[in-house]
Amino acid sequence: MTTPILSLQNVEKRFGSNHVLRGVTLDVAPGESLVVIGGSGSGKSVMLKNALGLMTPDSGQILFNGEDVTQSRGKARARMRERVGMLFQSGALFDSLTVWENVAFRLINSGVVSRSKAKDHAIDTLRKVRLGSEVADLYPAEISGGMQKRVSLARSIISKPDLIFFDEPTTGLDPITADAINDLIIEQVRGLGAAAVTITHDMPSARKIADEIAMLFEGRIIWRGKASEVDHSGNPYVDQFVHGRAEGPIQPAI
Amino acid sequence: MSNVSTRKRGIPNPLAWIGAATLGLLSEIGRLAVFSGKVKAAAFSPRWYFGQIWKQFIQTGFYSLPVVGLSAVFIGAALALNIYQGSGRFGAEQFVPNIVVLGITRELGASITALMLAGRVSAGIAAEIGAMRVTEQIDALESLSASRFRYLYAPRFLAALIAVPMLVIVADIIGVMGGWLVSVYGLGFDSTVYLRNTLDFMTRNDVLTGVIKGFVFGGIIALMGCYQGDRSKAGATGVGRAATLSMVGAAVLVLAANYVMSTIFVEVGL
Repeated sequence: MTTPILSLQNVEKRFGSNHVLRGVTLDVAPGESLVVIGGSGSGKSVMLKNALGLMTPDSGQILFNGEDVTQSRGKARARMRERVGMLFQSGALFDSLTVWENVAFRLINSGVVSRSKAKDHAIDTLRKVRLGSEVADLYPAEISGGMQKRVSLARSIISKPDLIFFDEPTTGLDPITADAINDLIIEQVRGLGAAAVTITHDMPSARKIADEIAMLFEGRIIWRGKASEVDHSGNPYVDQFVHGRAEGPIQPAI
Repeated sequence: MSNVSTRKRGIPNPLAWIGAATLGLLSEIGRLAVFSGKVKAAAFSPRWYFGQIWKQFIQTGFYSLPVVGLSAVFIGAALALNIYQGSGRFGAEQFVPNIVVLGITRELGASITALMLAGRVSAGIAAEIGAMRVTEQIDALESLSASRFRYLYAPRFLAALIAVPMLVIVADIIGVMGGWLVSVYGLGFDSTVYLRNTLDFMTRNDVLTGVIKGFVFGGIIALMGCYQGDRSKAGATGVGRAATLSMVGAAVLVLAANYVMSTIFVEVGL
C-alpha cells in the first residue's frame, strides 16, 4: 500500500470554548485530488492551516509522506514546506512586491538562484497560467481579482511541489473566470503529478477538480467518496449540501 | 473574567479587578518579552535581508526627516523664548544658548524625535503588518519557508536602530538652529557670540547621551509596531486598534526609558 502524502489522524483544534476540529482523520494519496466540502464555519480553513503547519493541533497527528510533522519547527518544517504549495483564498500576494517577485519569492528567498534567472522562471510559470510577461512588473493592486488568483497559482506551483493546498480557489470570481481557474488547477496539478487538497463550498468547482470528495461537518469528516458519487451519496447531510437546500439536518448559518 | 471581577449583584469587586488587571499586564509583558527576544535573535544572526533593511531605513529615516526637522525647529525656538523669559527674572539672559543646547542635545532632541516617530513609524509598521496579517500575507510568507521574524520584523528593527540615532543628531542640529533663529532675529543676540557660546558649552557627552537614547528609542518604536501588528486581528477595526496601541505603547515606553536612561547617565556622570 502506498504511503499517503498527507495523513491527518484524529486532529483536534479548539479556540477557547469553540471546538472547531473534533477528530479529523483524512488520508491523501500521492497524485490524488481531494476536495473537502463543508459549510461556512465548518473548520475547513482551520484544517488546512493545521495541515500546512500554520497552526498546531491540540491533539492528533499530521504525517507528511509518513513523517510526523505535527510539532515540527525550524528546518524540519521548512523542508516540508519546500515540497508544498498553497493558494490562499484571498490570493495573499505581497502587495509591496511586483507580480514576478511574488511568483519567484521562494526562489529568491532560497538564495540559490540569481534574480534575473528567478525572473525568467517566474515569467515562464506565469505563461503556464495564461498570463503574459507584460504583467510581470505590475503590482498586485494593478491587476484584476482573477489575475491575482492566477498569479497566486503560479506562485504555488513554481517550485514543483508534491502537494498543493487550494483554499476556496474560485471564491469571489465570476463563473467563467472560476471555470478557467478550475481548468488551470487540473492542468497544473496533473502536469506536476502532485496531490491536491482543495477546500470549497463551490460544488461545480468540486465536481470538476476532484477525484474524491470528503465532507466536513461539525469538525469531523462525515462522508468521503468518489466525485461521481457525491450526487447520490445516501448521506442526508451531503445531499442537503450538494443540492443547496435550506431544509434538512444542517441548520443554515444565519 | 466578568464573573470574577463582579460580585453577585453586579457591583465591581475592586480586589478581583486589580488582580485581573495585574495578571493581564504581566502576561502582556511576558508576551512582549518573548516577541522581543525572537526579533533580536533574528536581527543579530544570519540570514539578513539587506534589501529589506535598506528599504526600511529609507522609510524610517529619510521620510521622517521633514517631520523631525519641523518639530525640532519649533521646539528649539520655543525653548529659547521660554529660557529668555525665565532667565530674565535674575538677569541671566546670556545663558540662553547654553541652556538651549543642553536641553536639546541631552533631552528634547531624542524625546521629540522618538515621540514623532511613535506616531509616524510605529503606527505605520503596526498598520502595515496588521494588514498583512488579516489578508493572509503573513501566512503566505510562512508557507513559502520565510520566517516573518527574519523577513519582516528584523529589518524594521535594525533599520530603526540605525536611523533613529541619526535622526536625533539631525534634530539636535535643527533644534539648536531654531533657538539661534529666535535669539538672533527676535531677541537681539549677536549671531557669532550665540554660536560661540553654544559650541563652547556643548560637550561630547551631551551629544552622546542623546544618541544612546535614540538607539534605545529606535528599538522600542520598531518592536512596538511589529508586536501590535503581529497580534492584529478582526479586519479593519483590528488594524486600526493595532496602530493606536503601538503608538500609545511606544510613546509611553519611550518616556519611561528616557527617565531611566537619564537617571543612569546622571549616576555614571555621563
